[in-house]
This record gives sequence, structure tokens and C-alpha cells, in this order.
Amino acid sequence: MSVLEKPVAVRGRGLSGSPVAVRGRGLSLRIRPRPLAVTLLLTLLAAGSGALALTRDGLVPPAEVLGALFGAGSEQSAFVVLELRLPRVALGLVVGAALGAAGALFQQLSRNPLGSPDIVGFNSGAATGALLVLLHGEPAYVAAGAAGGGLATAVFVQLLARRGSFRGNRLILAGIAVGSLLASVNAYLLTRAALDHAQSAQLWLIGSLGSAETHQVLPALLGLGALLLAALPVVRRLDLLEMGDEAAGGLGVDAGRTRVLVLLIAVGLSAVAVSAAGPIVFVALCAPQLARRLSRGTGTGLLPAAAMGALLLSASDLVAISLPTAGPLPVGVVTGALGGVYLAWLLGRGRRR
Amino acid sequence: MAGNRPAARARYAAGLTAGLVLLALAVAGGLAVGAQPVPPAEVFAALLDPDAPHASIVREVRVPRTLLAVTAGAALGLAGAVMQGLTRNPLADPGLLGVNTGAACAVVAATVLFRTRSLQAVVWWALLGAAVAVVVVYLLGGRGAGRGTPEGLVLAGVAVTAVLGAVVSGLGVLDADAYGTLRMWSVGTLAGRELPVLCDVLPFLLVGAVLALTTAPALNAFALGDEAGRALGVAPGRVRLLGTLATVLLSGAATAAIGPVGFIGLVAPHVARLLTGPDHRRLMPYAVLIGAGLLLVADIVGRVVARPAEIQVGIVTAFVGAPVLIWLIGRNRRSRTAASRKAVGAA
Repeated sequence: MSVLEKPVAVRGRGLSGSPVAVRGRGLSLRIRPRPLAVTLLLTLLAAGSGALALTRDGLVPPAEVLGALFGAGSEQSAFVVLELRLPRVALGLVVGAALGAAGALFQQLSRNPLGSPDIVGFNSGAATGALLVLLHGEPAYVAAGAAGGGLATAVFVQLLARRGSFRGNRLILAGIAVGSLLASVNAYLLTRAALDHAQSAQLWLIGSLGSAETHQVLPALLGLGALLLAALPVVRRLDLLEMGDEAAGGLGVDAGRTRVLVLLIAVGLSAVAVSAAGPIVFVALCAPQLARRLSRGTGTGLLPAAAMGALLLSASDLVAISLPTAGPLPVGVVTGALGGVYLAWLLGRGRRR
Repeated sequence: MAGNRPAARARYAAGLTAGLVLLALAVAGGLAVGAQPVPPAEVFAALLDPDAPHASIVREVRVPRTLLAVTAGAALGLAGAVMQGLTRNPLADPGLLGVNTGAACAVVAATVLFRTRSLQAVVWWALLGAAVAVVVVYLLGGRGAGRGTPEGLVLAGVAVTAVLGAVVSGLGVLDADAYGTLRMWSVGTLAGRELPVLCDVLPFLLVGAVLALTTAPALNAFALGDEAGRALGVAPGRVRLLGTLATVLLSGAATAAIGPVGFIGLVAPHVARLLTGPDHRRLMPYAVLIGAGLLLVADIVGRVVARPAEIQVGIVTAFVGAPVLIWLIGRNRRSRTAASRKAVGAA
């Protein structure tokens, strides 16, 4: 770690604010003020949109919501806030953060802004596992099915890409190939199921927070926290790989091991998200990019991306429940539209340059 | 050029004839195989005589289905060949690059939002969707760090597919009736399609095919890059426009007829290239034959494997195509240099 005490300018443009070194006894940290500020700001905004979702439509006045949260409200408002709304809001924040962090890790791993888990097929694998469980067995084991499917897909893609050198693009393309195969398996499962089963499974496949329950929140939160903690030390090594495997090796980073670790953590984060809310698209793709633009940071930008993911998903869910549609709109439709806008914006930027 | 030598030309003609014979065999298979077992002799009799036993099955179900498989497969194979030439990208495929999903998304939107039922209108919607998708994917794939690489284009296609897929499924959630009817179509299926479907899309497919075949010589020069192509008398802008138009017509109309089916456009041109080399004038007829045969065989397999139920043809092609894609990724780097070296010879 001694190398890291000196700020390593990997690709710095001098815009991100000079790092501040905090040194104590036996511990030294390097803090960039701007990413930190951005992370805090985004977290506040995400919390704000969560609060907005709790107080929406004025059924329960804000003061009572606050009271209910701290156990002082009336029984009725406590039921609406704590039982009906809080699980959805909390799960939205946790799932969004998990997606954003997974996207950041995977994009840095593949060095490609489009290389997020929803694009390269891990989500399709998780969906296949969950669908198999959903259509044939106990709905209670959907989370396990999603995690198993996602992990199996990741391992398979990894093995495919492993032949020859370990290259980001190869991994992505293998992921796309396997993902499109699994997508058609999913479609097949849907066509074979009875129509009403198929429709609820379809709803799950789009990604929805509508069925969030209180007991889902804590495991998801614990999973997110543990994986983020595990990711923090690995990310530093991952960022050093930007200099090339050999240079990073000279600094004592084992490139292969780091990549495998990052991949495992990223898959774990996706599994947390998918098992809680279904394979929601585009949060993992957009969040790291947008966060990076705001924080002007280099490297992975794990925490800003997680905060941005939480903001994006909770804001999307707020839009989904506020839109005057015939039925409840699943949040995946809103994030899909958001993804469309994001891609169009990317295009527009490309043209102007 | 090798194609001008009589021996090579005779070999090419013999190869095409062999391909036609194989396709005819597949057509016979398509007519003979189905949920209801009909002996081959009776199938033959039913083709000639409208009053023969099982005539309704053969004449009203299997003949339209087989004809549709052949036409749509040919269109997708040709579209893939044009796209691969146009983008100089061995991984281009109307399915993988989101063109078919674009068409499907427009059709679903029209069905749910405007209650479009007539097939003529559906075809136009499909063409519109395909056109928008192909332009967006080309523009997205042509920018950023992955500019011009096969991966960049494929990623752009997958990203666009993901957006459109979310839109399609969102519309399906909002409208349960539409979801019920579109659920099978949106996987890509030949079941339940009738002869009028073919008549409605055939004009578009024919125009697309003529456009595609006329761009073939220009695509050969195009393979060398814009600069070298211009030096050989090809206007890159015009080739791009005509080729893209051909792709949109072929894959849009095929999608309107049978739903979004992927991988035919990826596999057929590659098999064709293995047989003929990189010259587009010789490659395209093969791609047509192979595409038609592939889709037809995939449909037959889908009918046989899960009898009496059926597996939609789009699912079968994914199972055939994804391994081919994985194989292509493996030899991508090598083949790109080899292909450009060969293309120099062809032009």
C-alpha cells in the first residue's frame, strides 16, 4: 500500500481536485474532495427522492411520515408508511446502489462504457434461473434461482473467454452470445407457461419494485454492504491495472487474481439486485458514466456510481408510480426509457464533436 | 480474377446447383414433417389434388409455412451479407445489431397504441422501426473508444435491443390482450402464418433483394476502405445509403412476417464465405440459399423436437447461432486480416 500514499496520476486531467492525503498512525488515506462531495450530494438527492416517494399524494402528511418513521405516528399512518411504502423505497435505494456499483466494477473491468452486466448477459442468466424457479416451483426461492443463474452464467462466460488471453472485449462478446442464447431460453419458458403465469413472470423480467416486502430489505442491505466493503480494497488494485498488466505487476498487483475477485464481487452485486427486483436494465449502464462525469474522477468510481444508481432507480420508481397509467407501471420500463434517452444523448455528443 | 476462368465458373455453378438441390430436399422435408403425421405419398397427392385426404393440412398449413420460411430465411441471409460488407464487420447481423428488434418494437407499439391490425400497415411500421434502429446503431457504434471495431458495433446493437426490449415488454404489461397475441410472434415463429402474409411482404423483399445484389460489386471495393473504394470509382456515401436501404427492406419485411429471428443473417454469410471466398457477387447467392435452408431446417427441428408442442423458430436459430458467434469471436482477429487480404485479390 505504500505506493498509494503518493497519488498515482493514472489518467488525471488535473480537474478532479488535488487529492488530500490524510495520514494518521498506521493508516493513511488519499481523498479526492470532488468525488467525495459528489457522492454525498447524490446520496442526499437519493434520500430526498425516497422521502418524496414516502410523502407522495399527500395521503399522509410529511410530519406524520416523520413521526411514523420514528415510531410516534398513528397506527394508520404507521401502516401506510412502514408496511406499504418504506419497503419499496428502501429496496429501490439498495437495489439501485447495487446496480450502480456492479456497473462501475464491470465497466472498469472490461474497459468499455457499454460493458455493464445488463448488456453482457449476466442479468439474462439470473433471469433464467429465477424464471425456472418462478414457473416450476416455489416463488420463495426466486432469489436463490437468480443468484445461481447469474453465477453459473458468469462462470460459463469466463471459461469461454478464458481460452487465449484474458481480454475485456472477448469477455463482453462471449457474454453477449451467451446472453442472447439465454434470452431466447427465457422467451421459450414464457411461451410454454400458462398466460397468467407468463404475465406475472414477464412483469418480474422487466424489473419491478411493486412487490417489495419488509423482510427483503435487510438481507439486500447486508449483501450490498458486505460486497461494497469487500470491493473497496480490490478497486485500488483494479485501477492500477489501467496502466497495463505488466506495469501493475511491477507494483505488486496480481492482474488475474484481481480480475477474478472483481468479477465475483460484481456478479454478487448484480445477484443482490436481480433477486430483489428482477433484471432492471440500464441503471448499471448509466450510473457509473453519469457519476464519473459529475465527479470528474478517474478509475472505477465505485461509491459515486453506487450513489448515482440509488438516485436513478429511486427517481425512476417515483416516476413509475406517479405516471397516470391504467395499471402500475414496473420501474424497468422507466429505466428502459431512461436508457434510450441516455443513448440518444451519447449520440448527440458524438455528433457535435 | 479467379471467377472468370471457365473451370472456376463451372465449379461455382455446380455448387449453386447442389445448394438448390439441398434446399429442395429441405422444402420436401418441410412439407412432409409436422404435428399430424401424413405419409409422403399423400403429401404429394394433396399438392396436386385439392380434394385428396389431408389436403387442407398440406395446402393451407405446410405450403404457406414452408414458402414463408424459405423467403424470410433468404431475406435475412442476404441482409446479413450486406450488413457484414457494409460495416466491414464479421459480427454484423440484423438480429444482433437490433434491426429486427427495432422492427418488432414498432409493430408492437402500433398494435398496442393504434390498434393496427392490417398486415400492410404492420409492414410499414416494421420498416420504419428497422430504419430507425439501423441508423441509431450505426451512429452509436461508430463513435467512442470502440469506433469501427466489431465489438463497438455489437455493443451498440445490444444496447439498442435492450432499450427496445424494455419498451416492448412495458407495452405488453399495459395491454394484456396485446401481450397474449404478440407473445408468440415476438419470439419469432412461423406457426399460424398464412399465404396472404407472404404476398404482403414479398414486394418489399424483392426490392430489397435487387438493391442488395446491385450493391455487390461496390461492396467488394468498399471492403478496402473508403479511400481505396473511392479510388476504384465507388461513392461510399451512395453504397452506404443503398446498402442500408436494402438491409432495412429485407430485415424489416422479414420481421413483419415472422417476428424477430436472429442469427440467420450472421451464420449464412459466414458459411457462404467459407464456400466462395469474399467476393460479394458470388457470396450473395449462396447467402440467400443458405439463409433459406437454415431457417427452414430450424423450423423443422422446432416442429420435431418437442412434439406435439412446437419450439418457435427464433429460439432454435438462437441455439444454432450463439455457438457460431462464440466461435467467430475466437477467430475474429485472425479472420479480419485474412479477409481484407483476400478482398484485395477479389477487387
